[in-house]
Amino acid sequence: MTRRNVGLVLLLAAVALLPFADLEIGGHDPWRVLGRVLAGFLAPSFATLASLGDAIALTLAFAFFGVALGAAVGLALAVLHHRRAVRIGCAVLRSVHELFWALLLIQPLGPSASAGVLAIAIPYAGIFGKVFAEILDEIDRRPADVLPPRTGRISAFLFARLPLALGPMRVYGLYRVECGLRSSAVLGFVGLPTLGFELDTFFRQGEYGSVAAVLLAYYALIGTMRLWMRPRLVPFYLLGALAVLAGTRSVPLSWDNVTRFLTEDLVPAPLRDANLLDVAPWAELGDWLGLLVGEQAVPGMVATLVVSQITIALMGLLALAAYPLLVPAVVGRVGRGVGHVILVVARSTPEFMLCYLALQILGPSMLPAILALGIHNGAIIAHLLGREAERVVPMLRPDAPRGLDLHAYELTPRLYAPFLAYVFYRWEIVVRESAIVGMLGIQTLGFFVDSAIAEIRLDRAVVLLMITAAVTLAIDAVSRLVRRRLGLGAFGGLEARTARLG
Amino acid sequence: MSALIRFRGEDLGYQGRTVLAGLELTVTAGQRIALLGRSGAGKSTLITAIYRRLVSAGTAVALVPQDHALVPQLSVFHNIYMGRLERHGALYNLVNLARPMRSEVAQVRPVAATLGLEPELFRPVERLSGGQRQRVAVGRALHRGGTVLLADEPVSAVDEAQGRTLVDVMRAHFTTLVLAVHAVELATEFADRILGLRGGRVVVDTLASRITRADLDAIYAT
Repeated sequence: MTRRNVGLVLLLAAVALLPFADLEIGGHDPWRVLGRVLAGFLAPSFATLASLGDAIALTLAFAFFGVALGAAVGLALAVLHHRRAVRIGCAVLRSVHELFWALLLIQPLGPSASAGVLAIAIPYAGIFGKVFAEILDEIDRRPADVLPPRTGRISAFLFARLPLALGPMRVYGLYRVECGLRSSAVLGFVGLPTLGFELDTFFRQGEYGSVAAVLLAYYALIGTMRLWMRPRLVPFYLLGALAVLAGTRSVPLSWDNVTRFLTEDLVPAPLRDANLLDVAPWAELGDWLGLLVGEQAVPGMVATLVVSQITIALMGLLALAAYPLLVPAVVGRVGRGVGHVILVVARSTPEFMLCYLALQILGPSMLPAILALGIHNGAIIAHLLGREAERVVPMLRPDAPRGLDLHAYELTPRLYAPFLAYVFYRWEIVVRESAIVGMLGIQTLGFFVDSAIAEIRLDRAVVLLMITAAVTLAIDAVSRLVRRRLGLGAFGGLEARTARLG
Repeated sequence: MSALIRFRGEDLGYQGRTVLAGLELTVTAGQRIALLGRSGAGKSTLITAIYRRLVSAGTAVALVPQDHALVPQLSVFHNIYMGRLERHGALYNLVNLARPMRSEVAQVRPVAATLGLEPELFRPVERLSGGQRQRVAVGRALHRGGTVLLADEPVSAVDEAQGRTLVDVMRAHFTTLVLAVHAVELATEFADRILGLRGGRVVVDTLASRITRADLDAIYAT
């Protein structure tokens, strides 16, 4: 299969799935809702500034502490990443979305600071473990090779490996803080009092001025990050985060709850309090699993794949159409400025929040999910292609065409290989995101997980989560295979990593 | 004097590629050997092979690799200290990494001073000039100590006078030397034996005092 064919196959797959997708506009008057939201932006209401301040502080605290904890554990995992068990463990940790972790952790821990921090730290530890291991693999090996014989492994790591890896690790870590802010904001949708919680509350009350205020506050936070996110200030931010987290009103941790969660709630219902030496509970377990898989997992999986494959096609088309917005030779200087703002907004709004907004306007169907995920991920790829294009443009012949001809004849053919690499890097992410937006009522896997948790059937939720994780891991494996077959491995630097995991 | 190392018709190379074919070579303790040859002749391969052989035999050997293999982010002090990294436990090393210990600084400082690096002692290596970095690599080997020094082009980035001083320092610290160098004149000054490599073979093996024009042609002439 050639590279061009692969693009076509993805497109045709999406078209073939269209009849199976529920693309109805369910809201009774989308234009009116959209109008109200936009009107809210014209007159944002900062009347509830105090609670907004608290939400911002907590959003930051979860993000800082969760990312820091994830990075610390991830570093340890990275050192052991050559062991198969650790590698698989990392993959499993990161294959479950932070919102699912939050849903699960809130059961024994309550909507507490520890649940919020862990929901970010656990999947991030898996991500850091993998990326840090890759960085350690790529550094110069020579200093370690010439160490005195019989140098201890820890000393060798501290002196001859870690100092070389620290630079790229810091860059990646700072990027992850931005991701952590997005994750943290979204944790509000499952009840932790971050910015997402405020957004949800104001939407329900129809206070669009306040909705706009929350969104503007969020953009201000992300937009100014480059000014305040300095490595030197990190210790102070962590101390601040600790102070905020300690100040949250928390229910004391009940070990009874944790024990019950682990020894009862998570145990499949047919096995609970049953005599495990009998045949009967095991037969029941079979029926229980069959029912769960047949009635929830399979339909959820089908819906997840329908949403994600159509999203992939939309994402690709949008990315190819939008990346020239970042190239002055195509759209001019002013055009680039406008394009930059549009793309920054589209990619820095968390996909879940974007989907939530689209759903409020368009009503419940797959359509808002596909649009939101397609726009968000398309903007991310467009951003990466734009940067790639900036490198290409100065190397073009002096009499190269300009405008659309430049886009079509000079840039896109050159950028097509990295484009495909980015698409396949994001495949796994899109599947994970398609699953998670089920929590908003679209019947993907997340819908069934959410319902099971709402019914306090955690045993079912865990089985469904494991199936979700397995689907994500399978997609990741297929994507890696395709990338290798197509010779797309060369785009594996830090940027591609951020594209894949962001 | 006893034979320190002996190669008997061996093929040496890396990554499955033979660089030196059928090598016959004996190095005796106390010898000062200059390795001459154009780039690609096999000098680095030979030095690496001797290093590995000595390490597995448990001989105390110090190495200055051609690419220096320094950690650019760490200071001159830490890079030199790494010559003795195996002498302490991880915890001690960690403390010394975070905050250089007075006792260790007291040992490293004179080494740096000998090489004219004292003013740069706590500066990251990445901010030094090429010549300074080379001296740090030599410093690490001096600090490591032992009886044998293997050095691959250790004076290529410094001027002639500095190179001579550097070689004198190395002579003062080690009894057996194998140095790959470019300058023939320098080689005849410090070495008692000269090995000439060409195309993966030893083409000249003679006393430094007896080297001839024909020997040099055998090594260098095109």
